[in-house]
Amino acid sequence: MSEKFSLEIISPENILIKDQVSSAIIPAFEGEMTILPDHVSLITFLRPGIVKFTGSKEAEYFLEEGIVEFSKNSLILLSSTVLDVKKLTKEKIAKMIDDCKSQLSKNDIDDKISYMISHKTEVLTRIN
Amino acid sequence: MPSLDDLRKRITSVKSTQKITKAMKMVAAAKLRRAQEMAEKGRPYSDKMNLIIQNLSRSINDPANAPKLLIGTGEDKTHLCIVMTADRGLCGGFNTNICKLAKNYFNKIIKESKNLKIITVGTKGHDQLKRDYNKYIIKKISLKDKKKISFQDAESIGKEIVKLFQNNEFDKCIIFFNKFKNVMTQIPQVHQVIPAKNDSDQKEDQPSSYEYEPEEEEILEDLLPKNISTQIYKGFLENSASEQGSRMTAMDNATRNAGDLVEKLTINYNRSRQAAITKELIEIISGAESL
Repeated sequence: MSEKFSLEIISPENILIKDQVSSAIIPAFEGEMTILPDHVSLITFLRPGIVKFTGSKEAEYFLEEGIVEFSKNSLILLSSTVLDVKKLTKEKIAKMIDDCKSQLSKNDIDDKISYMISHKTEVLTRIN
Repeated sequence: MPSLDDLRKRITSVKSTQKITKAMKMVAAAKLRRAQEMAEKGRPYSDKMNLIIQNLSRSINDPANAPKLLIGTGEDKTHLCIVMTADRGLCGGFNTNICKLAKNYFNKIIKESKNLKIITVGTKGHDQLKRDYNKYIIKKISLKDKKKISFQDAESIGKEIVKLFQNNEFDKCIIFFNKFKNVMTQIPQVHQVIPAKNDSDQKEDQPSSYEYEPEEEEILEDLLPKNISTQIYKGFLENSASEQGSRMTAMDNATRNAGDLVEKLTINYNRSRQAAITKELIEIISGAESL
């Protein structure tokens, strides 16, 4: 059994991360998911949350949305909004939370979007 | 025969044009490297996205229930064409090539008496198409004042297209852009984005054994609009690399042509100068002889 698997985080502009990791926690749409080597092949999409993995060093990234594919011991995350948690400042997070709240206060959004946004707020508040 | 003075003036004017084209070539070369890098970096995202969608569409059991963005409306009446061109000229056949390809396609559609709708991205394309197809153009998008095209720009266009589709404004969506092959060659491309399913690649590989969470349909529902934005963004990147490449070659040619012209004019100039000297000498000699 292989002990590590490859992880790639790809944004439309660039390949952000390419690493060998032993485990990764991803915020899948229906709940958090830990991926270990030899996980069953899987396709799912993400809700706003933190991706955490232990590769050459531990790292955390905030993703707003994305698609995940795991097959043959390679995990691929496609996302257009990837932010390094360490580089996020308190003010930035506070501003993002405010944005979310103002979006939530509008009435014309459907359930799925409000679920996404409220989740985003929750995650942001936690890391703040 | 132009006078010596005229020739001299013309030589200086060609020389200064040459300086300009040379500078433009340098600028294009520098920009090309950046654009090319971006186009190459952006490829994995769209490739992977395509792969996932193919996997997904293969595993859909009930085609009747599949999202319309994937299989289409079942009709083939209205075509929406997105023509992507540059905002600036002086780049060889870049804009014309796309427009030519697009026009061929438009004529085919009109001949088959289907409805045509056009969205132009980039002012140059709009300028070329508005003469014959103005009544079909429903929107023009210009990104002239944007220095760098971000994914957000592509996303906003993508969302608009999806919205139009949901309002049943069209059945098929096709984008036109130049694919960057290398500096010398750019290939105009026709790419169908809606419906996303391609009839041509029906090769059945091993049935994918993926686990889906949530259901396939739900993932597709979320993924397909994103795919459109991704395709458009890819078009943008390829286009901007192609534009710079095309401009670089065009300006390189212009510089060389100017060089040739200067050479020719200089020879002409020297010849007429010599002729004038000879003529003067003959005049003096024959004057002396007649004495």
